[in-house]
Amino acid sequence: MNARRIPTPSQTVGPFFGIGLPFEGDSEAVSRSTAEAIRVEGQMLDGSGEPVPDGLVEVWSGQQFARCRTDPEGAFHFTVTKPSPDAGDDAPHLNINVFARGLLRHLATRMYFPDESEANVQDRVLSQVDPTRRETLVARFDDGALRFDIRLQGESETVFFQL
Amino acid sequence: MRSFDSELEPPYLHPDYRSTVLRAPLRPLVNLPSEWFHHAPGPAFGRIATRREDADLTRQHKGEPLGERIIVTGQVLDSDGAPVRETLVEIWQANASGRYVDPSDDHPAPLDPNFTGAGRCLTDAQGRYRFVTIKPGAYPWNNHPNAWRPAHIHFSLFGPELGSRLVTQMYFPGDPLIPLDPILDSIPDQRGRDLLVAAFDPAATEPAWALAYRWDIVLRGRNAMPREEAP
Repeated sequence: MNARRIPTPSQTVGPFFGIGLPFEGDSEAVSRSTAEAIRVEGQMLDGSGEPVPDGLVEVWSGQQFARCRTDPEGAFHFTVTKPSPDAGDDAPHLNINVFARGLLRHLATRMYFPDESEANVQDRVLSQVDPTRRETLVARFDDGALRFDIRLQGESETVFFQL
Repeated sequence: MRSFDSELEPPYLHPDYRSTVLRAPLRPLVNLPSEWFHHAPGPAFGRIATRREDADLTRQHKGEPLGERIIVTGQVLDSDGAPVRETLVEIWQANASGRYVDPSDDHPAPLDPNFTGAGRCLTDAQGRYRFVTIKPGAYPWNNHPNAWRPAHIHFSLFGPELGSRLVTQMYFPGDPLIPLDPILDSIPDQRGRDLLVAAFDPAATEPAWALAYRWDIVLRGRNAMPREEAP
């Protein structure tokens, strides 16, 4: 029987991860030429509404994985396909991890799809979230893309999940 | 167990580390059952290529970098005690002078044309990883008057599940800056802070070539409790 061990504590990703974590094509979980490819765009904002220019967003769902460093305006983007619904009770969604200077631990959230309102209503995770805050987890249509902003703090703070 | 856990992790808000003040979420995190959330299968990091030379940061340029050549090695386990095999380990660090290649680093210490400071490898069948690099230098930052980060190497690991993702930093034993660092000191319990300090490892050194440090890493396993927020 193996002994239980204390998990190694987290520390911030810091401001200089750009030398180590980005990789070629990192923001495209699927090729942009994929028929069902969806572009997701967003902005990471701090508690004063200022852009977070040194953040990192990772998205994964099933076999899809993408990573995007925010730009000087805090903007990030991904190319993904909408995952098929889980065998369980979850509406289609992307798992999203958020890293930044000033985040001693990463933050976990989910992005749901705006054209799945019926499934979203039934979703067991969304149903655990204060109804007034659920909209922070649902992307919106925006000029051919999906818009999903991440507000780390303050009014309209994004819902994050306990890790 | 839960209150114990929270003392071993940093909080989101730690005002001594000023950047947390506007970036820490202030609303309570939503707690979901582990089987709904933490056990979602992890990412297909096979998309991120690892080549053999990625694990030797001293051989990524024409010449050898300046600084003290070191081996950093250890085993990645999960908190249930099992080795985490073939998982991606990514590292990045400052050079021997305490300067990052990143263009946003304005510390007036020299860049080293023979050192980038980024590496990747996969753990082996026993969960072991090994990097060859140079010992990073300490560097000043603007957090408080005369603030200096202790020498450290950044680590990023995936593990098998959503709940096992870890980004952290490894520190060096005996560094006098360690007790003064608000980032490391954000972890309330000394035992947690100690887990981030590597051990000098004579057995892993290569005589007349490189010193060595051992640092084992524990990712959250299936039986780990979700982290509990300090109030």
